[in-house]
Order: sequence, then structure tokens, then C-alpha cells
Amino acid sequence: MNNRHRIISLHRAILIISGVALLAVIALPIWRIELDAAQYPEGLELLIYSYKLDGHVDIINGLNHYIGMKTLRADDFIEFTVLPYLIGIYGLAFIVVGFLGKRKGLYILFAAFLLFGVVSMVDFWRWLYEYGHDLDPTAPIKVPGMAYQPPLIGFKQLLNFGAFSIPAIGGWIFIASGVLLAYCVFGEWRIAKTWAKS
Amino acid sequence: MKPKQYLLWMAAAAAVSISFSACRPKGAGSAVSGNAAQRTYVPPGQYDEFYNFVSGGFSGQMSVYGLPSGRLFRVIPVFSVDPEKAWGYSEETKPMLMTSHGFVPWDDLHHIESSFTDGMPDGKWMFANSNNTPRLARIDLTTYRTAEIIEIPNTGGNHCSPFTTENSEYVIAATRFSVPPDGPQGDVPISSYKQNFKGHISFVSVDKETGEFNIAFQLKTPGLNFDLSSAGKGVSNGWLFLSCYNSEQAHTLLEVNASQNDKDFILAINWKKAEEYFKAGKGTKQTNVRYAHNKYNEHTHSATHEIKTEVTVLDVADFEDLAYLIPCPKSPHGTDVNPTGEYIVGSGKLAALIPVFSFDKIQKAIAAGDFESERYDGIPVIKYESALHGEVEKPGLGPLHTEFDDKGNAYTSFFVSSEVVKWNVEKLEVLDRQPTYYSVGHLMVAGGNSKKPYGKYLVAYNKITKDRFLPTGPELCHAAQLFDISGDKMELLLDFPTIGEPHYAQAIPADVIKDRSLKIYDINANNHPFKANGEGDARVERDGNIVRVYMTTIRSHLTPDVIEGIRQGDEVYFHITNIEQDWDMPHGFAIKGAGNSELLIMPGETQTLKWVPDRVGIFPFYCTDFCSALHQEMSGYVRVSPKGSNVALTSYAGNK
Repeated sequence: MNNRHRIISLHRAILIISGVALLAVIALPIWRIELDAAQYPEGLELLIYSYKLDGHVDIINGLNHYIGMKTLRADDFIEFTVLPYLIGIYGLAFIVVGFLGKRKGLYILFAAFLLFGVVSMVDFWRWLYEYGHDLDPTAPIKVPGMAYQPPLIGFKQLLNFGAFSIPAIGGWIFIASGVLLAYCVFGEWRIAKTWAKS
Repeated sequence: MKPKQYLLWMAAAAAVSISFSACRPKGAGSAVSGNAAQRTYVPPGQYDEFYNFVSGGFSGQMSVYGLPSGRLFRVIPVFSVDPEKAWGYSEETKPMLMTSHGFVPWDDLHHIESSFTDGMPDGKWMFANSNNTPRLARIDLTTYRTAEIIEIPNTGGNHCSPFTTENSEYVIAATRFSVPPDGPQGDVPISSYKQNFKGHISFVSVDKETGEFNIAFQLKTPGLNFDLSSAGKGVSNGWLFLSCYNSEQAHTLLEVNASQNDKDFILAINWKKAEEYFKAGKGTKQTNVRYAHNKYNEHTHSATHEIKTEVTVLDVADFEDLAYLIPCPKSPHGTDVNPTGEYIVGSGKLAALIPVFSFDKIQKAIAAGDFESERYDGIPVIKYESALHGEVEKPGLGPLHTEFDDKGNAYTSFFVSSEVVKWNVEKLEVLDRQPTYYSVGHLMVAGGNSKKPYGKYLVAYNKITKDRFLPTGPELCHAAQLFDISGDKMELLLDFPTIGEPHYAQAIPADVIKDRSLKIYDINANNHPFKANGEGDARVERDGNIVRVYMTTIRSHLTPDVIEGIRQGDEVYFHITNIEQDWDMPHGFAIKGAGNSELLIMPGETQTLKWVPDRVGIFPFYCTDFCSALHQEMSGYVRVSPKGSNVALTSYAGNK
């Protein structure tokens, strides 16, 4: 009777490993925006962590003042205070669900994680939009109709800079965890269907 | 004469005159091998294989080229002022050119030598000597700047320098002009040369970590002229060999009077022994000397200058086993030790042969007391034949310098016959000769003074260029000529003009040092006393008639850029901090009427320009290095009011 609602060991192992990996994401860069221009053959890099900005932040800020973009300051982002805890909670949730092994818990976790992913991406896009559009009207360089919103993912040319935005290692772990979670959910859903027939 | 006969005679005469001119040797002026262009071509965006550090001679600077392309990367100011880089003009660098004679804005930089570890260039520093006001400099190979200059006391012209021992324990500085030792007793008749003039050989120690110089001790010698030297290595490590001319001890018309003796000398010094005697306290402290010791601090971005007043001297004649003279024909210039350390090559400028001495034989002769019957001013003279490995016969005319490759060959430059000659050190056989254009002085094989020469390239540094390049009036460039020496025959690949007069040079594989080149100075490690700590800290302060402007630069503005309340005759110091932390982003600074130069301030650095306004009015200042798209906007104004004016001291950038 009990077995009907329990997750198979493989899926539990996947959940626990994903949970541990998610905890590591707290300390890893999640997203990376690479910039290059004729004057920067070596490239500039902005790394977004759960709790900070890293890479060539000062140099990028120095360049952004020409187009009137606001200075990137870690203090301006409430996310950097909240995100490490949220990721921590999700990591623990993965581990707890893995240990408890209840199928219902798995479904709830999947829904919550999906929501988290969507909200995070929307939030990220909103920031990119705001920085790309909220420009100082007294900026030295004004190009009519030009906005400087970097792409959420992929490549975009912004004046002399090519901007390439991709997940960093932490982002890839996040995505992999989501995919594995979906795989577990799908597997469990089929097992549950078999139980229902018998 | 019939017309037919007439024509025949004409034809005969023409034939004769043509065959005469055919007898004349062809000038090989453009004889380069077919694919020379390919072998020296470094495509745009790609790197050279070697760094070539080349002395600038009378320019007082050191230049940095790439090999095999011959492209010039940088000119590093050492002993001469350089307004481009504010060397000797900024308040921070002025102390570097101070001497016991005060500020000396020029010198004659002769030789460059690498710092060595175990007989190989370690890529930490380059050493350079000045031939006029005797000094020694150390150039840092992370910042590519002169980090230290020390003056050499008791010395006439520091020509025989800056050659170093196998692990750069010491850099040698020896006088080209023997003079009476420093102090008031130097007021003697010049004709009393033989009694009163002395040579001094300085052993300047180098701190293994910091590179800091210290004149450990000096050896006092008879009044010889020391020309060049080479430290022993491998089997001869612990010895030093110096060429001496003017063994006649002439004091006038040296051209004739110092060219009389058939043989002058190579002086062999057991420097390990000298070090022992020095450490045992056998030297005499001389306290009437005055010499400058100047150091540049990378963290305060400023130089310090101090005068030292003491040096320890050991007289070689007081010791039995310190110094030995080896006769060497005739007015030797270069004395060069081969990679194994066994052979010492003397190049007599006026000699018709090249003697090669054997270290082993020298040691045996010393042990057996195989000396000439008479000492030379108290120094034993080893018999020529007892020290000799052999002679290279008919090598050329006017041998000057010898370098070595990795295959047991030597390459000697010949000034008079204008050629480089390759010969085998062991067999003393001439293998090849190639003309140079014209009158080669120094030559350099990549790593040719080390224990394991890199070989591959040889560069001849020529004194005369005449018709080699487009003419530029009476004053023509000196030039370098690159040869490929990897085959049996030397192949000329490239000519390139040089800065000043190149004497000696060094080449180091790019891979050994390129990654250590500094990109920026860390602004947080900047301890300059007048640093502006960010734009918020930019300000103007007055103390009497001294005004200090704490200014910052970042693309594309100077802060402050409006300054009022300056009075005519004020001493204004612009302390400019470049707060950029981005590679290749220097800013410049210049102000109208300043009686010095521009400043070029590297990212993270603070530099100071002194300005004394001589009239009332508005003075623009601006960034001199095209830094960004809005570089032209990177400027500001100073308002100068009359003396005693009550215009308030104000400064700002942007609308207040």
C-alpha cells in the first residue's frame, strides 16, 4: 500500500544530487554577459551571482556613462539579499523530497520550481529592460530610438559592442536540475498511472 | 685611319673598359636570400619570437624591439630626460636623474645586460651603464621602467659595465678613464698620471628579490683604461675578465701614445677571493666619496634620492692571489667568455689575429707561477703562451666583440673590414664571413652571453649607414642588421634603423617574459602622498603660495575642470591620479605655458606637474593622450588672478 505513493530510488537519488548541486549554485555565477568591441579584443565580462555582480563591473560602468546608463551597483538589487536564501530553500526542498520520497511532494516541488524559474527570468528581463531604456537625457551619446537592453539569452549588437548573454555554470546547474526534476515527474506520473490501472 | 679601323679600335677600347669594371668586386649591398621577407614577416596581430633590448648610446635610453620583425615597441628613458613620458620632468621622476653633481639630464647609455640565474637570462631586470657621469641602472621588466640608478665613485667613465656574474650576484662597473680617487687630493698635474691616476672596479651587489643595488666593494688597480668585461661561467664561475688598454699609461694623444705597446692586457680577477677578503674586513673604508643612490617606488609612484658617502676599497696590489694580467694584442676591446666558461676571447682593435685564452691553462700557469719576470705595478703577468689556447689567423680587420652560439661557434664583429666572422672556438677555424653595412660595432647572438645560447639570430649594430636608407640630411640613423645563423652560412635578413647609437643588446624569448608584463597599477595599492582617492576626493588646497590640485582622470573628464583663485607666481602642483583600472588607458595632462613637459599617467598611477603661472588670464589644460571618443572634450580651465587678488579658491567639475 505504502509503495503506491513512494518515488523509486533512482528518482530519489537524482533529487538529492540535484539538491546538493543547487546549494552549490549559491556560490557560483548564474548568468554571464560577454561584451566585445574593437577596443576590447580581450572582451569584457559581467558575471551575475546570486548575491553579487562580478567581472569587469567598473570598466563596464565607466563605458556605460557615455550612453547615460545607470551605474550598476549591487546595493540596488534586493534580489542579491533574497536570492541566496531562495536557492538554499529550493536546494533543501529537493533533498527533503528526495529523502521523504512522497510522490505528492515531488509534484508540488516541480510546480514551485517552475514558478521560481519563470519569475526569476521575468525579473531578470525586467532589469535588463530598465537598464537598457532608463537613460540619462544629458548623456554625451544619444542615438534616437536606440535602447541598450542586452538580450536575455543570445547575441545582440549595441552600437560598437556585441553583447552575448548566456547562463554561466550556476545557470546550467539550475536548468539541469529543472530538466531532471521534470524527468522524475514524468517517470513518476507513468508509474502512478500503472498503479492506478492495477 | 680608315673608318673601319677606327671602329675596331673603339670596340676594343669598350671591351677593355667593360672587363675592367667587371673585375671590381660587386657591392653586395642588397644580397639577401630569396625568402628573407617571409622569415622576418610577422603578420599583423601576431607576436615576435624575441624581445630585443637595445642600448640607445648617446640618446641615453633603451629601446625594445621585436625579432625577427625589427618592429620598435617602446623607448624606455633611463639616463636622459624624456618629455614624452615626463621622465625627469614630473616631480616624481626628477630624483632619478640626481647625481652628486646635481640634476644631470643626459647621459651616454652603452651596454645592456640581463639579470641572470644560473647563467641564463631570468627576465627580471635589464642593467645599463652610463659612460659619462658614471652610473648604473636597473630596468624592471614588469613595468618596463627604470627602477633604480646608482652613481659609481672613484670612476671616470663607467664604460666597462654592466656585466654581471653567473647569478647576478654582482654587476660590474669599471672605469674607462682612470683618475685620481675622489676627494680634494685629486688636484694633481695631469702629467703625473703614472703616480696619481688609479683604476677602480666596483662590485655592485643585486638583491635577489628586490634587485636593490649596493656597492659592496671596489678594487683599486693601476691606472689602466678598462674597456669591457665578461664574468666567468660554468668552469670559470668566480672569475672576472676585463680588457685593458693604455697599458702605456699615456695621458695625452692616446690615439698614438696608447697604441705603442705590442700587447696590452686582459685582467683576470678572482672575485670570489675578493669577496672573501672584503667579508674578512680586509678592505679600507673611504669616506670622502659622494655618490647618488636613486630608487623608484612602484607604490608611492615616486622616486627617492640620497647621497652616500662611504665605500670599501681593496687595493689589488696588496693581495697575492686576487688579480693577474694576461698579455693581449693590441688595445683589446671586447673580452668574451664562451658558454662553457673555458675560453676567453680577446679582441685587439688593432690586432691582426684573435687570441683565445684557456681558463684551464690560466689556472695551471698561476699554480706553477708561470709569470713574466717583471710585475706590472705590483700585479703578476702570466706569460702569453702559457695562457693561450690558440690564435685565429687572419680573421679580419679591427675585431671588437665576440658572441657565441649553441654549436661551439663564435661570431666576431670587425669594425674596419665591416663584417661579421663566424669561427669555431675549439678549432680556431674561420667558417664564414658576411659584410655589414657599415662598420659594425657590437653584435649580439640571442642568448650569446649565456651558458646556453638560443642561437638562431644574430644582430649586428652598425655605426655608419650612408646609402642604406632614404637620406635625412647630414645626420643619419644607426642601424641593426638581422642575420639568420641557424645554418652553416650566416644569412642577412633585415636592416632596421635604431634609436641613438646602439651598443650592446640582449634578446630574450618572448615566452619567458611576456606574461609578466604589468597591465595596470592597482589603484588600491597606490600610496602616493598626494593621491586623490576618487572623484569625491578631488580638490584644490592652498598653503601660502603653494597650491596643490588633487585631480582625477577617467574617460572623458578631468576633475576638477574649473579652477579659480590661482595667483600669478603661485607654485601650482597638479597631482593627477588616473582612476581608470582598464588596460591601455593612460591619460595625459598639459597646461599652457608650463616650463616642463606633459604628464602621461598610467591607470592607477599618480603623477605631478609643477606649474608657475607667469601672467594673468585663463589657462586651458587638457588630456594629451587620445583616450576615448570624447577625448577632445577632456579639458578644463584655470583662472589666474594678479598677486594679492581676493578671488576665492574654488574648483568643481560639472554644474555645481
